[in-house]
Amino acid sequence: MGAAIGDADPALLAEAGAARPVRRGAASAWTRYRRQRPALVGLGLLAGLVLVALFAGVIAPGDPFRRAGAPLQPPSLRYWLGTDDLGRDVLAGVVHGSRPSILVGLLAALTSAVVATLVGGVAGYFGRVADDVLMRLTELVQVVPRFFLVLIVAALFGPSLGVVALLLGLTFWPGTARLLRAQILSLRHRDFILAARALGVPEWQILARHVLPNAVAVVVVSASLQVGAAILVEAGLSFLGLGDRSVVSWGNMLNLAQPLIRVAWWAAVFPGLAITLTVMAANMVGDGLNAALDPRRGKGRRGR
Amino acid sequence: MSYVLQRIAQAVPVLLGLLVFNFVLIHSAPGDPIYLLAGQSGDATYYAEMRARFGLDRPLLEQLGRYLLNVVRGDFGYSFAYRQPVFQVIAGRVPATLLLSASGLTIATLLGVCLGVLSARHAETPLDHLISAGTLIGYSMPPFWLGQVLLIVLAAGLGLFPVQGMTTARGGYTGVGAVLDVLWHLALPALTLGLLQLALVTRLTRTGLLEVLNEEYVRTARAKGLGQRAVLYRHALRNALLTVVTVVGGHIGTLLAGAVLTEIIFAWPGLGRLIYDATLSRDYPLLMAVFLVVSASVIVVNLLTDLAYAMLDPRVRYR
Repeated sequence: MGAAIGDADPALLAEAGAARPVRRGAASAWTRYRRQRPALVGLGLLAGLVLVALFAGVIAPGDPFRRAGAPLQPPSLRYWLGTDDLGRDVLAGVVHGSRPSILVGLLAALTSAVVATLVGGVAGYFGRVADDVLMRLTELVQVVPRFFLVLIVAALFGPSLGVVALLLGLTFWPGTARLLRAQILSLRHRDFILAARALGVPEWQILARHVLPNAVAVVVVSASLQVGAAILVEAGLSFLGLGDRSVVSWGNMLNLAQPLIRVAWWAAVFPGLAITLTVMAANMVGDGLNAALDPRRGKGRRGR
Repeated sequence: MSYVLQRIAQAVPVLLGLLVFNFVLIHSAPGDPIYLLAGQSGDATYYAEMRARFGLDRPLLEQLGRYLLNVVRGDFGYSFAYRQPVFQVIAGRVPATLLLSASGLTIATLLGVCLGVLSARHAETPLDHLISAGTLIGYSMPPFWLGQVLLIVLAAGLGLFPVQGMTTARGGYTGVGAVLDVLWHLALPALTLGLLQLALVTRLTRTGLLEVLNEEYVRTARAKGLGQRAVLYRHALRNALLTVVTVVGGHIGTLLAGAVLTEIIFAWPGLGRLIYDATLSRDYPLLMAVFLVVSASVIVVNLLTDLAYAMLDPRVRYR
């Protein structure tokens, strides 16, 4: 990590990873990403799933809540994934259920990334009192068990999908904030930052233009790994019957499938398979980004 | 020693913050807070009595004081659905959840360390890739769904295990028979929970081991002429396990969340089932208390893990 930017040794530059100036980094990061087969498979899967979510109305036209045929039909040519106890088409549910899941995953990861950038950026760059206060806050949020926190709020307030996503984002940020802070601490005394300061560039501008862009890799990697985690928590919440009941979601479908488990396995198997596939795709992309962007590769997951 | 005190001192404000958060939730939730404190199905006299007890006509700060005092005394209120003090209801459910979580963790740790060692010893071979793919899938599965699939295949399909509960109703087992009966019921839920944590332990053991194998003391051990086995098990694994212990301890919240969801699938009579029933019957005092108990245990276990880590690895204390 100690490689100065002036050293021309390409191996050392590769080690410095995220700490190099951004533009050059982005191009070579893609080269490094492309070299990993699982990461490419994950990206393809995720792109496919996003397309399904966008065109759900075209792929499975009509209201997924509507009765499509006889109840409890096993998978057949007519109903590919069977029907549930109210005669609703499981395939239509699985297709439309992609929307809330992907939405929650992305929104939660985005919220977490924004909060983490603010907290980690300020704590790492300004240090002193701000650092102390923000790090205590980070520790406080970090130890509260996420699942139970969201569960109790959902039970008391019966929130909508958007609120669940925001809430999840507000519990996911501490890990990212700590990584970002550490990254910024190591950037703060680099030559190009000192040079900017010597030239009289205002502090906030140094932070926004020079420090954050070079530390952003940490946030991107963490956020990508949180997409899947958020989808899983939301599914668990809906499975408990505490999710947003106004949408068809995979978690809701699994909740309804639980009492049918002995008569209609298909009602439980396919929505769960969809969740697994989506989360797996998101994790593959996350791992790929981690290897491509994080100079201390593979360590992004270790912090708790 | 000062490290220990410092860590304990850090945990206290967190626990206090948790209680205050709970209090704020009660007062910001829609509807009269009395329903959250005393349940929904009392009569007017009962509510008047409860209002006085929680001091709802008093200023908010005094209410907070009373609330904290009650909780510290172990008084979490009264559960209407169970017609018992909340504390007793919860205490009755803790053993089942502990049994499930501990069994799941044991399965995960034993299997996970073996798989992790296997993976690291054969790093970048097809076997390693197979294990890595397995952990990726394990990471990505909804905890409860794995339980549903196991239930469909092994219990409902093949009839190898009971579908739900902790004991056979009217089984009339005693002594060893009763223990075996519980174990038979425990198998699937514990396996569900264990397989989920397995991914974490395997991955941590693998990365930890690969990292440690590059350390100087491992090179020294090799230079001494120690065999591959001795180096791996006596020097490298011990140190790699240190990380595993801390991270697994730090994931106790995930373990309990998994346990809650698993309990619902298998109708296991623990805290998870209690949360589910309390939500359905809107038994808020019970729900809030379970939340508090579970969160507090997570915080305390995290603290104990950190302390254990400091005991095992002297470097931590001098940071």
